[in-house]
Amino acid sequence: MTPALLSLQPGTEIDGFRIGERIHFGGMGNIYRVTKAGFDVPMIMKVPRVGPNEPTEAIISFEAEATIVPVLRGEHVPRFIAAGDLAKMPYLVTEWVEGDNLEQWIAQGLRPVGDVVRTGAAIADAIHSLHQQDVIHLDVKPSNVIMKRDGTAVLVDFGFAHHARYPDLLAEETSFAAGSAPYVSPEQILGTREDPRSDVFSLGVVLYEMATGQLPFGEPDTDTRNRLWLDPVPPSAHNAAIPPWLQEIILRCIEPRAELRYQSAALVAYDLRYPEQVKLTARATKARRATLLSHVRRFLAARREHAHRIRFPNVLVSRSPIIMVAIDTSHPDDDRHEAIQRVTEQILSLRKEFRLTCVSVVESTPLMDGASSEESASGIHLEHLVRLRHWVDPLRIPRQRLSLHVLHSTKPAATLVEFARFNHVDLIVIGAPGPLGPSHTWSQSVASTVTANAHCSVHVVRVPERAGHAGQ
Amino acid sequence: MFICRDQNTGAIRCPRYDPGNNVRRPGLIIALLADVHSNLEALRACLKHAAGRGAERYAFLGDLVGYGADPAAVVDIVADHASRGAIVVKGNHEAAVTQGARSLNDAAHEAIEWTRNALSPAQREFLASLPLIIRDGSMCFVHASAAAPEKWEYIDNNTAARVSIEESGANYVFSGHVHDQMLYFLTPVGKIAPFRPISGGVIPVPSHRRWLAIAGSAGQPRDGKPAAAYAIFDDATEQITFYRVAYDHLAAARKVREAGLPESLALRIEQAV
Repeated sequence: MTPALLSLQPGTEIDGFRIGERIHFGGMGNIYRVTKAGFDVPMIMKVPRVGPNEPTEAIISFEAEATIVPVLRGEHVPRFIAAGDLAKMPYLVTEWVEGDNLEQWIAQGLRPVGDVVRTGAAIADAIHSLHQQDVIHLDVKPSNVIMKRDGTAVLVDFGFAHHARYPDLLAEETSFAAGSAPYVSPEQILGTREDPRSDVFSLGVVLYEMATGQLPFGEPDTDTRNRLWLDPVPPSAHNAAIPPWLQEIILRCIEPRAELRYQSAALVAYDLRYPEQVKLTARATKARRATLLSHVRRFLAARREHAHRIRFPNVLVSRSPIIMVAIDTSHPDDDRHEAIQRVTEQILSLRKEFRLTCVSVVESTPLMDGASSEESASGIHLEHLVRLRHWVDPLRIPRQRLSLHVLHSTKPAATLVEFARFNHVDLIVIGAPGPLGPSHTWSQSVASTVTANAHCSVHVVRVPERAGHAGQ
Repeated sequence: MFICRDQNTGAIRCPRYDPGNNVRRPGLIIALLADVHSNLEALRACLKHAAGRGAERYAFLGDLVGYGADPAAVVDIVADHASRGAIVVKGNHEAAVTQGARSLNDAAHEAIEWTRNALSPAQREFLASLPLIIRDGSMCFVHASAAAPEKWEYIDNNTAARVSIEESGANYVFSGHVHDQMLYFLTPVGKIAPFRPISGGVIPVPSHRRWLAIAGSAGQPRDGKPAAAYAIFDDATEQITFYRVAYDHLAAARKVREAGLPESLALRIEQAV
């Protein structure tokens, strides 16, 4: 390996990849656009800084990335194309992701709250997708997020990432910076690389920055420990347009103690998409940061804290599952409702952390408002919402764990499947189809379609056969 | 220090690790089995599992016998593999059976006496002839530490793992003795880090780093999960996969009782404690 490799000339060929424009020149390596016969997608090649006088961090970080990127799947990561032999010519080729870098997005000035929320939810989707693959990014920041034209967020640069199923090459490298100073979580600073909630913290900092144009903990050069105790200025003090629910979400993400944050990125995405369901606390309306005395208390408390280590990301993700129950409120007397209630109670009794989402699909809505208010679109919607609430009330679910949705569609099965996928639901509970005759409720035909097409597990609830019915 | 330089010779190494192209280069798929401890049911289950995953070569990392009820059958199977090129190294239980017990607990001692009587002279001779350590190219096979195989030291901490790797002269050290599966690796700055593998997860182990893999006990797991432990190393792709294989452990435990061996040994197989 020669230093000449550090700056490849356009036109150079490496394993058939023809080097084009250099688009990044950094301390860890360079990035070039590349082309290759037979590949019609735009591609980039990352080449680490290697050589006797280069820091080992660059190559270790590169090696970690070259191990993780090939096994990543889905639309929220760049597609892996090829990697070079580490000893001869290390390089990593991925698909070039066309879109706007979030750093530029932020630099263009404050956006309407609606844009911030939509974009934030898309980034949360991307982080959740990684966590489900046992990967923690550990360097979530605007320059590592690319927003595609269709609104999807893509995460790039896995040079700091942790994969629970592989030995962590970076774990023992104390010479490493823990992440990017303004965004790094408190526990990362203390050396924990195994907690997916670190990404939730960084997401919170990014949300804060998108909503206010400011960084909650400033841009510390060396001492990043301030976030262990510093109470950031509430976002609404920077930007009065920020509603209480958004401030609640942001401040909950950047809680110094991981157990006080959202326990998964999916839950952040959920709250961003359903603001009316966000449970507001004192965080929501906070107008100024903590007093000096309170800061001293926070500082002392932080000194006593020990980073809490959790081993596998997916274990934590599934420990705070989103459970969706489909209730056919058009047939309030269906005897399956009671059975579903009992099953839901059993499922929830096994868990401390969960979110319960009750959904009804109403087949049709009048296009025009009817004669009376009960027949109007909003009246019908409200009536079904009331029935959902009536169904769920006996379960006594705390408000912050519960949400109710009435969806309007003529295709209930497809709607339920789509809703579940969009909201990262972990388990669907639905009534079983009946054994006899023409179906009189939608769930009879719907359950099997949902079971066949859902992205997650489906719990199909059957009303127990009663004595006298059996065997007939 | 430069990452791709061989730590012993200073020569630049060319790892065959190539995540980009899944082309299989010449090499062998090696099944690593340690601490079978006369458990015939576990051994058969692991061998069948390994064959199903394309194992081309077998390495038995010591403690074939001791504790379990089928020493003769286990030794016959291993000797048969050895005659066809398998790697077999001696464990402390083989040493105890052939040279006399030393610093073993009561149950183990009782089992050693029982085992010695259960084996034919030829089988005992096979065990006595086993080497303590085998080096083969970039690989080193040893029951305990490569630093001093005859001392039967447990590789249960970073320092012990580091010493074993450093003294092995190899890129890969495969051992047993400790019954839990574990993978240690030396970092480029000379630190050592442990990794507890997950069954069935394919782990890249590029040869520009140095690794020590503990295959786990096939015949007597002690982590609360009765399933037999073993590992497969693919020399060509430079990947290792640790496995846990369910087998009829209740039958193995029943045979221990029927043989009149200590009850604690039967319980251990049943409950993996």
